[in-house]
Amino acid sequence: MTWDWSYTWQIVPALLRGLVVTLEATFLGFAFALVVGLLWAMIRRGAPGLLRTAVVWFVEFIRSTPLLVQLFFIYYVLPQWGLVLSPLVAGVLGLGLHYSAYTAEVYRSGIDAVPKGQWDAATALGFGRLETLWRIVLPQAIPPIIPALGNRLIAIFKDSPLLAVITVTELLQQAKLLGAENFRYLEPLTLVGVIFLILSLISSRFVRWMEVWSEQAV
Amino acid sequence: MHSVIQFLSTSWGVLEVLVAEGLPVTVAILAGGTVVAVVAALAAGLGRVSRIAPWRWLSTSYVEAFRGTSALVQLFWFYFALPRLGITLSAMTVGIVVLGLNTGSYGAEVVRGAIQAVPGGQWEAATALGFTRGQTMRRVVLPQAAIRMIPPAGNLLIELLKNTALALTIGLTEITFRAQALRSETLDTAEIFTVALLLYFVLAQGLSFGMRRLERRLAAGRDGYPGEAAAS
Repeated sequence: MTWDWSYTWQIVPALLRGLVVTLEATFLGFAFALVVGLLWAMIRRGAPGLLRTAVVWFVEFIRSTPLLVQLFFIYYVLPQWGLVLSPLVAGVLGLGLHYSAYTAEVYRSGIDAVPKGQWDAATALGFGRLETLWRIVLPQAIPPIIPALGNRLIAIFKDSPLLAVITVTELLQQAKLLGAENFRYLEPLTLVGVIFLILSLISSRFVRWMEVWSEQAV
Repeated sequence: MHSVIQFLSTSWGVLEVLVAEGLPVTVAILAGGTVVAVVAALAAGLGRVSRIAPWRWLSTSYVEAFRGTSALVQLFWFYFALPRLGITLSAMTVGIVVLGLNTGSYGAEVVRGAIQAVPGGQWEAATALGFTRGQTMRRVVLPQAAIRMIPPAGNLLIELLKNTALALTIGLTEITFRAQALRSETLDTAEIFTVALLLYFVLAQGLSFGMRRLERRLAAGRDGYPGEAAAS
């Protein structure tokens, strides 16, 4: 009696409730990463020297330190400075900020791939630097990088269980609670693994399909 | 001014504790995990381009399973669920093996990509010279592929360093674990997590510096690599 099927069916509804929180955190974190990452990329392209250097180092710092410690920082240190956040909000902020370092890199590759002549032509037409970036370059830079951004979304999804550590009852935390309640970890943890596997296989197939589709569209 | 000095002196105390009591475990997981990751990445990366079907299937399953799930879920499964199936491993073993296998599954794709990027003419030339498939791989293709593997491998090494922090959840007393324990002892929360972040940052910068040196050494004397200019 290693695997208990009746227990398995019994815990599915609770795990699905956890999955809803996981997906909320994933998509909100992704939205945050999309906006802030774009901000980093624009500063790196359009801002004067000192600000640019500061952002380059900040992004490097975020990317080379563990998300887990960043979550602890947001969850435990910010309240001391008067900013009290709920676990879920702290988690979304942490995921979003951490992955903004990665989306910034993706945006940058997209911006660099736009021919330099576009900048020259816009300057000749009297556009400012920021206006050129916003109205000429970005509309061309973003469509080709949509698959790469999709891969970041999948990465955020796979890192979202870290929110369990700051007590967000997402999928993994829910499985832990169920396991502790019933003294059986095998079924809930295996189910969590299977759910992650299925969802990320489907979504990475979808991203690959988008890659092929966007190559054909060009 | 006074509070700045206090912040710095508290931070120095925190740094001493984290380096003395957390860093050794972090380094042990990182070193062990790197060995596991390199072996797994080579075995599975070669497996994915192999003609031997069972090796190819096994490699693909491993890569999909570990890339498709989360590192933290994997740690939990091996530490809390596996004992139920009669296999109990120590926390350190789980930390090293699971984090190593997780990084290795990404590394396998790096190895595969680098092998496939070596021009097909190299295979034809080696065949014409009477090399077997295995000899060609070992003597001709892998040495050329190795240089292409270094930059992405450097990024993976930093991802592994970041993932060592996850080991706190299975009770390993690495840097982040020590930081958490210190927080409940002293409540110097801001100093503790600032110092912990800076410590990881310095470690990561050290790793990427080392990998850049390694790349330059491997590329010395070869055509078309930036290292050549530096070497000549």
